[in-house]
Amino acid sequence: MTAAPTVRAPRAAALPGTGRLGVERTRAELRAFFRERDAVIFIFTYPLIMLAIFATVFDGQDQGTGDYSVPFAQYFLPGMIATGVMLTSFQSLAISIAVERDDGSLKRLRATPLPAAAYFYGKVGLVLATSVVQTALLLALAAVVYDVPMPWDMPDAAGRLATFAWVFVLGCAAGAVCGVAFSSLPRSGRSATAVITPVVLVLQFISGVFFAFFALPTWMQTVASVFPLKWMAQGMRSVFLPEQAAALEPSGSWQHGATAAVLVAWLVVGLVVGARTFRWRRRDDG
Amino acid sequence: MTTTHPSPGSGGTGPGPGGPAVDVRGLRKSYGAKRAVDGIDLRVERGEIFAVLGPNGAGKTTTVEILEGFRHRDAGEVRVLGEDPQTAGRAWRSRLGVVLQDSRDQAELTVAELVRHFATFYPRPRDPDEVIDAVGLREKARTRTRQLSGGQRRRLDVALGIVGRPELLFLDEPTTGFDPQARRSFWALVRSLREDGTTILLTTHYLDEAAHLADRAAVVRAGRVVALDAPDRLGGPAARRPVVRWLDGGVRRSERTDSPTALVASLAARLAGPDGEVPGLEVVRPSLEDVYLELIGEPAAGADPDPAAPTRPAPADARTPDGPRAVVPEEARP
Repeated sequence: MTAAPTVRAPRAAALPGTGRLGVERTRAELRAFFRERDAVIFIFTYPLIMLAIFATVFDGQDQGTGDYSVPFAQYFLPGMIATGVMLTSFQSLAISIAVERDDGSLKRLRATPLPAAAYFYGKVGLVLATSVVQTALLLALAAVVYDVPMPWDMPDAAGRLATFAWVFVLGCAAGAVCGVAFSSLPRSGRSATAVITPVVLVLQFISGVFFAFFALPTWMQTVASVFPLKWMAQGMRSVFLPEQAAALEPSGSWQHGATAAVLVAWLVVGLVVGARTFRWRRRDDG
Repeated sequence: MTTTHPSPGSGGTGPGPGGPAVDVRGLRKSYGAKRAVDGIDLRVERGEIFAVLGPNGAGKTTTVEILEGFRHRDAGEVRVLGEDPQTAGRAWRSRLGVVLQDSRDQAELTVAELVRHFATFYPRPRDPDEVIDAVGLREKARTRTRQLSGGQRRRLDVALGIVGRPELLFLDEPTTGFDPQARRSFWALVRSLREDGTTILLTTHYLDEAAHLADRAAVVRAGRVVALDAPDRLGGPAARRPVVRWLDGGVRRSERTDSPTALVASLAARLAGPDGEVPGLEVVRPSLEDVYLELIGEPAAGADPDPAAPTRPAPADARTPDGPRAVVPEEARP
C-alpha cells in the first residue's frame, strides 16, 4: 500500500522567457547608450546638426530645375531622416557590436543562459527607440525652425504616413541586420569607427543626402541605386515633398515598388550574412 | 542476507547529480601545429576548490574555455555537471558561473544595475543586493563600472558570475594585478562561496593562491597534467626531500637526502671549525614554489633539481626569487 519512495530531482525553476529578456536587454542597451556621450553626439545629434547647418547656410536657395523647385530645408529633411535611420541602425550596431565583441561583453553574455535572440531583441529595441526619438527631433527642428510642412498637413496625409511607416520600419530593419553583418569586418573595437564611418559618409554623398539626387552624375546615381540609403531617402522624399516633386527624380516617379524591393533584398542579405558571420568572440580569441 | 550497497562515488561517471562536477578524459586541442592541450585528465568533485596551475601558455585557459563551452575540443571526453559543454543548452548554462580572464566591458552601467540585470537571466538568482554585499561593493553600488579599480572590477566580475546561484564557478586567473591586500580579501570571498556549497575551478599562476584556496591542484605544463594532488603534497614525497647546504673550503655545496640528521652529523665530524660549527650550514625543505618550478621544468633556486648529482657547486649567479628560500650565505659571495 505504501508508495514506492520516489526520488525526484528538485524541479528546475523555469528559465526566464526570451521576450522578457529582450525587454531587459533593451532597457540595459538604452541606459548604456545614453550614458556614452560621445556616441550619443555622433550618432544621435549628427543629423540635427547637419540639418541646422545646411538649412541655415542654404536658406532661400530652392532645390529643383527650372520647371519646379522646393525650399531647401524641405528637400534636405527627408535625406536627413534617412541618414538618421542609417546612423541609429547600421552605424550604431556595426560599431557597438564590434566594440562589444572586442571588449568581451559578448563573451560574457555568451557565458550566461541569455538566449542569443534576446541579445538581438535588445539591439532591435535600441535601434527602434533611438530612431524614433531622433526622427521626432528632426521633424520638430524642421517644422519649428525651418517651416517645413509636415506630411499630416499635406494632401493625402494618410497615404504619406503609411509610406513613412513602412519606409522607416524597413529601413531600420535592413540597416540593423546589415550593421550586425558589418560588425564582423573591423579587426578590433578601436578600428570599428574608422572602418564604418567612411562607408556611411560615402553613401551620404552619393545617395542624395547632401546634394540633390537629381543633380548627381548618372553613374553615381547608378552606384547609389545598389545601396539602401538612396531608396530610403527617395521614399522619405515621397512623404515630405509635394506630389509634383516626383518629376525631380531621375525616373520621374517615387518608385515605391523598387524601394521596397531593394530594402527587403538588403534585409535578407544582411540576415543571411549576419547569421553566418556573427561571432561571440574576437577573431584572435581562438 | 548480504546486501551490497554501491559505494558512494564508485558509479561517479554517470551524469547524475552525485557525479563529479567536472570529468575530463584525454582532452586534446590543437591550434594549427601547436598542441595547446595534449591529453588532459581531470576530475573535480562537488564542493571542492580545484586549482589548475601552470605557466602562461601551458593550456590552462584553453582547457577551461572548453569546459565552459566556448571552444570545441579535438578529442577526449568532457562532462561538466553531467553534460557535454559542446551540446549543452541554456538550462546547463544557468547552473554555471563564469569569470573570464580580462574584463573591461559594460563600462557605462553601475554595479547595482549590472548585477540586477544579470540576475534576470537566471531561473533562481541570488538577491542582487546580497551579492553586492558579499563581494564588498556596497559602497560602489551606484558607481559606473568604468570608475572601479582593478580589484573592485574583479569583484564585480565575481558578483556577475555568482548571481545566478551557480553549482560550479570558473575563475580564470582572478587576482592577476591585485595588490596583496586585495588578494587576501578576494580569497576570503572565494572560500565563503565554497562554504555555500559552490564547486570552484580556478586557474592561476600564483602558487600562494593555490596553496591558500585549493583543496587539490593540477599542475599543467605544455598541455599535460604533470602533477595532481593537494597543494602541500604536489610532486610526491620525493619532491619534498630536504636539501642540506654547506660550505666546503669556501665552495658552496648541497645535497638532497632523506636523512639530513645523519648528513649533518657527518659534516660536523668532517668540517666543523674550532667553534664546532659547519660553515654556511642550512637544512631546507623545498617550498611549494621549488616543487612547482621543478614540475614545470624551471630550475628551482632553493632545491637541487638534479638528484643524480647530489653534490655540486652552486651556480655563481643563483636565481633569487622573492620567496623565503633564496638565502645565500654571506661567505658564498665572492
